[in-house]
Amino acid sequence: MIPEILSFGDKGFGDELLRGVQFTLLIAASAYIIGICIGLVGSAAKLYGGPVSRGVGATYTTIVRSVPELVLILILYFAGTRGINSLLGLVGVGPVEVNGTLAAILVLGVVQGAYHTEVFRAAIQSVPVGQIEAGKAYGMGGLQIFRRITGPAMLPNAIPGLSNLWLVVIKDTALVAVVGNVELLSTTASAAAFTKRYMLFYLTTALIYLSITLISNYFIGRLETRYRRGQTRLA
Amino acid sequence: MNWTWFVEYLPLLGKGLWLTIQLLVLSMVFGLILAVPVGLVQVTGPRWLGAIAKAYCTVMRGTPLLVQLWLLYFGLGSVFAAYPEIRQSAFWPILREGYFYAVLAFTLNEAGYGGEIMRGGFLSVPKGELEAARAFGMSPWQVLHRVWLPRAFRNVLPTLAGETVLMLKATPLAATVTVLDIFGVILRVRQNTYLTYEPLFTAAVLYIGLTFLITYAFGHLEKQIPSRR
Repeated sequence: MIPEILSFGDKGFGDELLRGVQFTLLIAASAYIIGICIGLVGSAAKLYGGPVSRGVGATYTTIVRSVPELVLILILYFAGTRGINSLLGLVGVGPVEVNGTLAAILVLGVVQGAYHTEVFRAAIQSVPVGQIEAGKAYGMGGLQIFRRITGPAMLPNAIPGLSNLWLVVIKDTALVAVVGNVELLSTTASAAAFTKRYMLFYLTTALIYLSITLISNYFIGRLETRYRRGQTRLA
Repeated sequence: MNWTWFVEYLPLLGKGLWLTIQLLVLSMVFGLILAVPVGLVQVTGPRWLGAIAKAYCTVMRGTPLLVQLWLLYFGLGSVFAAYPEIRQSAFWPILREGYFYAVLAFTLNEAGYGGEIMRGGFLSVPKGELEAARAFGMSPWQVLHRVWLPRAFRNVLPTLAGETVLMLKATPLAATVTVLDIFGVILRVRQNTYLTYEPLFTAAVLYIGLTFLITYAFGHLEKQIPSRR
């Protein structure tokens, strides 16, 4: 049923593709988590920060969201590699080859962070001010208010945006194929070029990405019903 | 910072800018033309046709655009090249170019995303307006092009602005299949001058400029629409 060229072992590329899938998922998940962390800090800066942090936040989200991901990935990839090496040079260690996977994770994390910032900002803004004021009136501190009130109350509003970004980051990992050679698409590209079976390999890979998306969609659907259970249903 | 290359490559950059605009306009126009039926059959068509359209949208939105582009360029391209009849036909000069596959891939992709948007647009038109149109004795086709489509289009215009920016940000992928758009020219500058940041920053500035232009143009367009709020 499955052609031999896709089988596992020496004769086929099945195990290589599976390794590519693992790296794709690793890069996507790590970048996503970094993006969430940046997004929480960024939205706090944009909503509650002083003029400087507001300005930095606005510049960051505007630039990252209007420059093509491919261009950003190249800029950050080279800037990051050079930055790490000049830091190492300061402490007297020679230049090192920066791990491509790590670079990809950081770069995609920074890109995701801008979108997460906007998702969280909108979600936090939709929490009624009265609830936050009530928290303040009880004498809660900023972190306590976030943990007890803003955080749980904004989560249902943030979930659609967050799940959308998960689907985006999976597809964005494919762009790393332009600079790296570990994830699914670059593995596919070299396998296809090696065997000249372009159609077969690219179709297989498209199918793999599609199944990752569909499986994600299933879990997202369950997550949404769970987190929306406290909200009134629309229409 | 070294900008000595800039003047020399300015004409090429101009051509790249023009190519990027071409890619953007062609794929948005063709994509939206396809998106109208893809959205419409999901709202009103026979159920099997709607299911096909929905599956199409899911596939297009569920796989990376770069995979779609490479599937067409390398996959379909190698299939085409295997047939001497195609290689000797009058279309081969077009079918050989990365440009053709870029426009094709972007168009099909936009049809998927746009189809989903148009579906929402068609659903957002109040039922009473369509009933009124039918009560005037309009045929289904007349209802569509006099009332339903124009009203749906106005409703989705803000979404389409965002969609156009997303498409602009997708155009540099064309450079991976030998198209000399802005990004393709920038990659060539990098190769020839061994500079990294200066060309890439130039690309970033150009794309930011184009994004603002698109946002401004759509904002202007939205103001033209008479609306009561």
